[in-house]
Amino acid sequence: MSSATIVPLPDATDRALIVATQAGLPLTPRPYHALAEQIGISAEEVMERLIRMQECGIIRRIGLVPNHYALGYTSNGMTVWDVPDDRIHILGPQLGALSFVSHCYRRPRYLPDWPYNLFAMVHGRSREETDAKVEEIARLLGKDDRGHAVLYSTRILKKTGLRLGTRGD
Amino acid sequence: MHRSRRSEALELGSLERRLLNDFQHHLPLTPAPYAEIAAQLGTSEEAVLAALQELQGAGAVSRVGAVFRTHRVGASTLAAMAVPPERLEEVAALVSGYDAVNHNYEREHRINLWFVATAADDTQLTQVLNDIEQRSGIAVMALPMLEDFHIDLGFELKWT
Repeated sequence: MSSATIVPLPDATDRALIVATQAGLPLTPRPYHALAEQIGISAEEVMERLIRMQECGIIRRIGLVPNHYALGYTSNGMTVWDVPDDRIHILGPQLGALSFVSHCYRRPRYLPDWPYNLFAMVHGRSREETDAKVEEIARLLGKDDRGHAVLYSTRILKKTGLRLGTRGD
Repeated sequence: MHRSRRSEALELGSLERRLLNDFQHHLPLTPAPYAEIAAQLGTSEEAVLAALQELQGAGAVSRVGAVFRTHRVGASTLAAMAVPPERLEEVAALVSGYDAVNHNYEREHRINLWFVATAADDTQLTQVLNDIEQRSGIAVMALPMLEDFHIDLGFELKWT
C-alpha cells in the first residue's frame, strides 16, 4: 500500500475498540463478546468494525504478534539504501515482500550526509545471518544499489507502545 | 523493555509453532475464533487457549490482537542525531524524556541516536524536534515515512 492510499480516520467507537484491544484479545472462548461488553456494543458490531478497519488499512492484521527477541531474533539491522528515485517504485515493493523484512519505507535524503532513500528492517538470529540477508538484498538490487549501510541497534533506550487512549482526540 | 539476549530460540511444542507460523494474521473474526483455529489444527479449543497462554507467558508472543498502521494516527516521524560518544547518555536521556518519543535506539553509525516522535499534528511534531535541537545543540534529521512498501505477510520464523 502506498502513502497515496486514503485511509479513513477511525471514529469514536473504533478508537474505543482500538484502546480495548491494545493489550491483546482476551484468551477466552468468546473474545469479541468480552470486548463488546467492555465498550458497550454488540459482539457482531465488534467483528464488523474489526473487519472494516482491516479492509481500509487502519488494522494491518489480527493474530499472534511474535516477540522477535524472545524467539531468538536478536540481530536486527536497519538497512538503508541509496537507489535511483525513478526505480524506487519497482524496488521498494520487492524489498517489502521479503519474508525477513519487517518494515520497508521510502524516506527523504539529507545530502551530502545521508544519501539513503530506502529503509528496510532486517531480522536475523545472529549478525552473520542478518549480514547474509543484507547481501541477498544487495544482489537483488544489483546496480541500483548505489550505496548502503547497516545500522545495528546496540541499545534500546526507550520503547513504549502506541498510546492512542491518552490523546485528546 | 529490552529482554536478555539469547542465542537460542525458546523451546516450543509443535502446536505452539503452528500457531505462531500460521496465525500471525487472519485470526477468525467469528464468535469463537479459538475453537475455529482448533478445528483447523485438529485439536481442541482448550489446547489452543492453553498454548496461547503458554506463548504469552513465555514472552514468545507479545499479544494476540490487532497490529495497527500506527503512523496513520496523528503525525509521526523517525528522527536521527549524530551525538558525540561522550554526550550520548545525556542526549539520549533528554530525548527519552519527551512523552512524544516512543522509541529511542542507539545504533552503530556516526548518526547514532534514532528515535520515533509522535504528536497530534505536524506543528506540534516540529516543535518537539526543534526543542530537542535547541536543548541539545545537535541537529535533528527528520526522516518521515514518504511511502510504505511493506507487504505484511507476517514474519516468517524458521525452526532449525
